[in-house]
Amino acid sequence: MTATTQSKPSQEEHPITRYVRKDRIPHIYCPACGIGIVLTAFATALDNLKFDIDKLTVVSGIGCTGRASGYFEADGFHTTHGRPIPFATGVKVANPELKPVVISGDGDLFAIGGNHFIHAARRNVDMLVLCINNFMYGMTGGQQGPTTPTGAITSTTRFGNIENPFNLVSLAASAGAVYVARWTVLHARRLAKSIEKALQKDGFTFIEAVSPCPTLYDRHNRFGSGLDVLKLYKEISVIRNFSDPMKAEIDYSTRIVCGEFVDEEKPEFTQRLAEQSARLQKR
Amino acid sequence: MASKAVLTGEMFTQGDIAAAEGAIAAGCRFFAGYPITPATEIAERMASRLPRIGGKYIQMEDEIASCTAVVGASYTGLKSMTATSGPGVSLMNETIGLAAMTEAPMVLVNVMRGGPSTGQPTEASQGDIMQAKWGSHGDYEIIALCPSSVQEMFDFTIQCFNLAETYRTPVFLLADEIVGHMYERLIIPPEDEITIVNRKKPTVPKEEYLPFKADGDLVPPMAVFGEGYHFYATGLTHDERGYPVMTPEAQLELIPRLCDKIRKNADKITQAATFETEDAEVLLLAYGGEARSAMRAVKDARAEGLKVGLFRPITIWPFPSDQLKKAAANAQQVLVAELNYGQLVYEVERHIRGEIPVHLIPRPCGVPHTPNELLKEIKRRTQ
Amino acid sequence: MSSRTERAPITQEKETVQTWDIIILEEVCKGCAFCHTFCPRDVLEQSDTFNAKGHYPPRVKAIERCVGCKLCEAVCPDFAIFVKERSPSKR
Repeated sequence: MTATTQSKPSQEEHPITRYVRKDRIPHIYCPACGIGIVLTAFATALDNLKFDIDKLTVVSGIGCTGRASGYFEADGFHTTHGRPIPFATGVKVANPELKPVVISGDGDLFAIGGNHFIHAARRNVDMLVLCINNFMYGMTGGQQGPTTPTGAITSTTRFGNIENPFNLVSLAASAGAVYVARWTVLHARRLAKSIEKALQKDGFTFIEAVSPCPTLYDRHNRFGSGLDVLKLYKEISVIRNFSDPMKAEIDYSTRIVCGEFVDEEKPEFTQRLAEQSARLQKR
Repeated sequence: MASKAVLTGEMFTQGDIAAAEGAIAAGCRFFAGYPITPATEIAERMASRLPRIGGKYIQMEDEIASCTAVVGASYTGLKSMTATSGPGVSLMNETIGLAAMTEAPMVLVNVMRGGPSTGQPTEASQGDIMQAKWGSHGDYEIIALCPSSVQEMFDFTIQCFNLAETYRTPVFLLADEIVGHMYERLIIPPEDEITIVNRKKPTVPKEEYLPFKADGDLVPPMAVFGEGYHFYATGLTHDERGYPVMTPEAQLELIPRLCDKIRKNADKITQAATFETEDAEVLLLAYGGEARSAMRAVKDARAEGLKVGLFRPITIWPFPSDQLKKAAANAQQVLVAELNYGQLVYEVERHIRGEIPVHLIPRPCGVPHTPNELLKEIKRRTQ
Repeated sequence: MSSRTERAPITQEKETVQTWDIIILEEVCKGCAFCHTFCPRDVLEQSDTFNAKGHYPPRVKAIERCVGCKLCEAVCPDFAIFVKERSPSKR
């Protein structure tokens, strides 16, 4: 096979690939998929914070985003479908020094894993949950999921989705997350800043990254290429920091409300556990 | 209560509590659970004991989460356990497969109750024998120990941890409600008399560590999250680096190793107890709570001059095949008494290979056979 | 500047100092076009040759316009482009 590009391959290394398993690049994601942008944003946030990688555990579930944990040069675990949050809870409780980061998709975290999500948020276990929302199941071929908009076409809703979708930021806020934000992948730098902020917080933090799926969702619903969807994001997304997450619209035909919705302090689970344990051991 | 980990001494207590104390004595410092009859007392005991000795107890939102948190804690270096009953195991089976695939040492206590479905929560059963072996999908091996007394609930829980750590595998303590809720004398030995096994740690430099490269014993050394090894594990078929590989070769390399690390060490793992088997013409096989009735029945039969012996498998999985064949050497038949409608009898038939008849004495209800009922059955089969 | 009838401006171009280097890892690019579409300074364009996988990577058309905002780096899903500040000696 011959490449027709004239320029020599660069010997230089991408600055964030020090956080990435180089032997696993290029990753599996389709051209113009947004998951890679979120991975870049995450690595950029780690780099900006000079985060101690030994203290990081990246956990993911099943699906396209589920593969994310395997791309970072850190401790990582690829759980069964829907279970990254309880796994991360086990890690955090076993060693509170560690920071688990769950990177997973909307189907994994909010359908099969929905119960785990609300309970980890309720307990306020210290972890960052980074959800890449592409409005359906990607890995299995574009089926309807818990975030699929009403009326949307997927491979299992050929005549339009008759269900109502979750508003993820509203769900996270009401379940008790101490930090909640939503960005589209076009807000890549704001997303990275948001990840930085969440990594420094002590408690259950949630960031939703709205991403195109040019292969399935955007094709089924005639939104065009990944580039077209990013252009759409540029057109319709608005930033409304600390507005009511209940009213944070997410609709390709009207607008996508982005921003930070919650940023507060609450006692964290493993800290309370340690305090109680210390008190009991003194007796 | 003293804040000691090992409560050396004598106590009159329940099987469930003995299992909790056995776990703590074995070094268990993480418990995630969800209430379920008849295993709840284990969670309650762990919840009150672990925080006093620097351990971690967390009650999760369901059994799936409990089992998954246990795998997470195991990968983070703590000896970890959960306890449940059949309905809980049904949910945990997903994660048991994950633990087998990612070789996470962990202990699951199943205090068996009547099934299927919600069944008889407060009644005993031995209906999860096959579930323990075949519960999750795909090819994998499991270890399961079956206690018959409160003391064994304690002793076998320690053994379960030692086996889990040795072979990097999930291990069941397969108790029944009879033993779980029974009160008996428990003797907890001094701490220094308890044998403890810890998982193998990597000996190579961190950059060279391959998380799934096994040693000669087919078990890979296990690093811990947070120690700087930066390793990755997945429930997908993986190579020595832990990376997913979707080739037949990868599956052919991984799955036989996962099974063989237990199959090829079966002689070191399997255990059975025998009573009066040397000259036995009838071999009565029973395990768990049912074995207590069986023991009485064998003694009564001997008193009447009948040549009956008792074979009690302690490891249900792997099945103690050689021990059974030895015990059945002079027998003309094997009677299998179990608290279900026939489960372990299939395994017994498989190992006896039709050499002598194998008869089932089933009991698919919550009350074990009385010794008299078993004795009657022995007489009916011999006359 | 495609049209031949269009006249080039008479005023001489300002002399600029190149402060930034854009490094494109052509072989890992999947040709999504995000970087050159969203570059706020119109520094990049799509190249007219494709890589081994058949994707058209970006190329630099006007490095002097680059202000080092690194948006191209941030929106690249494939770790295929990054921006580096030039060391003063090379400027």
